[in-house]
Amino acid sequence: MRQDTVAKAEAEPASRTLMRWLQLRKSWLATVIVLIVLPHIPGLDGNFGRSLLSQMGIAAVFALSYNLLLGQTGLLSFGHAVYFGLGGYAGIHLMHMINAGLPIPMPLVPLAGAAAGLFFGMLFGAVTTRRAGVVFALISLGVGELVFAAMRILQGFSGGEEGITANRGAGPHPFGLTFGSQLQVYYVIVFWSVLAAVLMAAFLRTPVGRMCNAVRDNPERAAFIGYDPVRVRLIVFSVAAMFAGLAGGLHAFNYEIVAAEAVGAGRSGAVLLMAYIGGVHSFLGAVLGAVTITWLQVSLSDYTTAWQLYLGLFFIAMVLFAPGGLAGVLLMHRPIVKTRAFAGVLQSYAIALVPALVAAIGAIMLLEMNYRRATQPDAGAQMRLFWVDLDTSTIWPWLGASLLLAGGAFFFHRCRPLVAAAWQRASDEARAGSGTPREATP
Amino acid sequence: MLEIVTFSLLNGIVYGLLLFMVSSGLTLIFSLMGVLNFAHASMFMLGAYFSYQIGKWIGFWPALVIAPLLVALIGAAVERYGLRHVHRQGHVAEILFTFGLAYLIVEFVIMVWGRHPIENRVPAVIDFPAFFLFGTSYPAYKVLMMAISVGMFAFLYLAFRRTRLGLIIRAALTHPEMVGALGHDVPRIFVQVFAIGSALAGLAGVIGGFALLTEPNMAAALGPIVFVVVVVGGLGSITGAFIASMLIGIVQTFAVALDYSLLDLFRVWHITLGRDSAFYEVAAVKIAQTAPLIPYLLLVVMLIVRPRGLLGRREA
Repeated sequence: MRQDTVAKAEAEPASRTLMRWLQLRKSWLATVIVLIVLPHIPGLDGNFGRSLLSQMGIAAVFALSYNLLLGQTGLLSFGHAVYFGLGGYAGIHLMHMINAGLPIPMPLVPLAGAAAGLFFGMLFGAVTTRRAGVVFALISLGVGELVFAAMRILQGFSGGEEGITANRGAGPHPFGLTFGSQLQVYYVIVFWSVLAAVLMAAFLRTPVGRMCNAVRDNPERAAFIGYDPVRVRLIVFSVAAMFAGLAGGLHAFNYEIVAAEAVGAGRSGAVLLMAYIGGVHSFLGAVLGAVTITWLQVSLSDYTTAWQLYLGLFFIAMVLFAPGGLAGVLLMHRPIVKTRAFAGVLQSYAIALVPALVAAIGAIMLLEMNYRRATQPDAGAQMRLFWVDLDTSTIWPWLGASLLLAGGAFFFHRCRPLVAAAWQRASDEARAGSGTPREATP
Repeated sequence: MLEIVTFSLLNGIVYGLLLFMVSSGLTLIFSLMGVLNFAHASMFMLGAYFSYQIGKWIGFWPALVIAPLLVALIGAAVERYGLRHVHRQGHVAEILFTFGLAYLIVEFVIMVWGRHPIENRVPAVIDFPAFFLFGTSYPAYKVLMMAISVGMFAFLYLAFRRTRLGLIIRAALTHPEMVGALGHDVPRIFVQVFAIGSALAGLAGVIGGFALLTEPNMAAALGPIVFVVVVVGGLGSITGAFIASMLIGIVQTFAVALDYSLLDLFRVWHITLGRDSAFYEVAAVKIAQTAPLIPYLLLVVMLIVRPRGLLGRREA
């Protein structure tokens, strides 16, 4: 049967084969087209928008590489930034050499990062992947702290807190590209990001990629079938480190600076947040998480100094209520999207959104007023929040914010049966339509 | 020389005892529930901040008692209303929950006490020289730190060995299902252990707050070292945690006092390394500079050579 189809495919004319190839890779092609057009649409066509998009691309590669560990193989790492940062240092040192006259085009700098990531991934992985679970998490934390401390000691190599800088413009200019504009940098990042994403998706389809899931779910059984779990973990760890290194190289190329914090615990935590908030059970979840978190970091930090607090609250809420992450929440709706009752679900969401927003405004007011009082005591009691001037030395703004929070939370709670009922109707309809019983999980 | 050794030893013991107070609670929580509690060092930080605040209002001695109790309440609440709900999603979700919580507690501390270190001075009641050695005074608060930690170790050891709760906890460490099958309320034991562990960390925070710097970053600075202590000492072993704490405390303190590098060693062997050599930078690193590295090196070596730790009965 299988051989038949293979033979048929061989017999097809070239144009048909091409069409089939395009059909299969429709979504990838669409992604590439969107990524090419994106920096030209209004709002993103400035330097700010393009640098935001570049940042998102780098974060997406990093988060995807993390997902190979946590999502696919079940390895919870607290030190993944080690490979990102060392890749970044490899990239920045190569850029230095190019500045000094080495005839290598700048866009190849991320490859040095990938090589460094792979090298250190195999080196440290040989030690850390012998065990999975909590022990792996602990060792990764230890290695992370070790490398961070070492980077701070070896000032000559790492530049310490100040970091090492290089110039991506000084070097050979292939096709007349100087990488002076953020747009050129963006396209280089898109090229490497898409290539990395395709390669990671392809890796997951190889036998060893499939074995990652087996090792995650039941290492003992995988061992009995004849696959050494330690070996599978080492391979996936090295591959993940390589792509983290590639992301680090892109970081060096984009920012032209790498400092010790690139290997630090903060960055390791950030990639964990991205991958988890995006959703670890699906491949695209990491991209979703990387894009969301990067956008939150950049846009929220413009409005409030407390953005890390909101990020932390968001993360905790995801762990408690949506362990599947953003991707999980979206995928949950797939069975009911086509039903007629789905309009009712959306309507119930819209109704529940009103009190949720009210409660959120109340909470944000309370947090912001508190934050202001503690971190900028000299700024005075007057502040502007949600287009309203407040005097925080009186009780009224505090009382009003508390009322908003309490009232919003109360009515949001009252909305829950409404949403649940709408969900029930939609999933009943979907079940009747498809004929397969499915649990409703609002 | 003798003077340096004596004072390094004393300071190392004080630091080691402080590490032990934080890690003894963590080792219980870790080995009982398998949860890598990232928020544990945050309890230490909360203890320091609470005692500062309470000390400002009603004085040091009440703060020494009230602050750890408050932290214990918070720890119990974290287990009862947070971790218990995440428990069914598995260990990864639990770890991530405490990880997020540690993040939030830092932000909470910033929101209440600001971003900068607070002036958490040694209270006047214990700020006097306790004794003189080689003409240098040794402060009384360090003696108090030692006394409290040693007293606590003795108390914990006795409670662990001689009380009914200690007996049940020890049983639950190795056979949690069996303990539950015998009719003990294992979730309640979890809450109690969490409260006790948090209180110990809080107490360490009270006496460690003015010895170290009380700032929002203090939890992140201490947290990883405490994990090292737990792993090196062995899961569920309070004595192991004690030995590992002392080891790390003393080794780290001595390392700081040693101003030698590999270059000095090479010089003994009459090898000179040029400045342009690739290894010059590595060889020129002084032992004193490597002090922050030592705990993590110890962790990695320990997990390779003896994953169960010094006195652990089973692997993590």
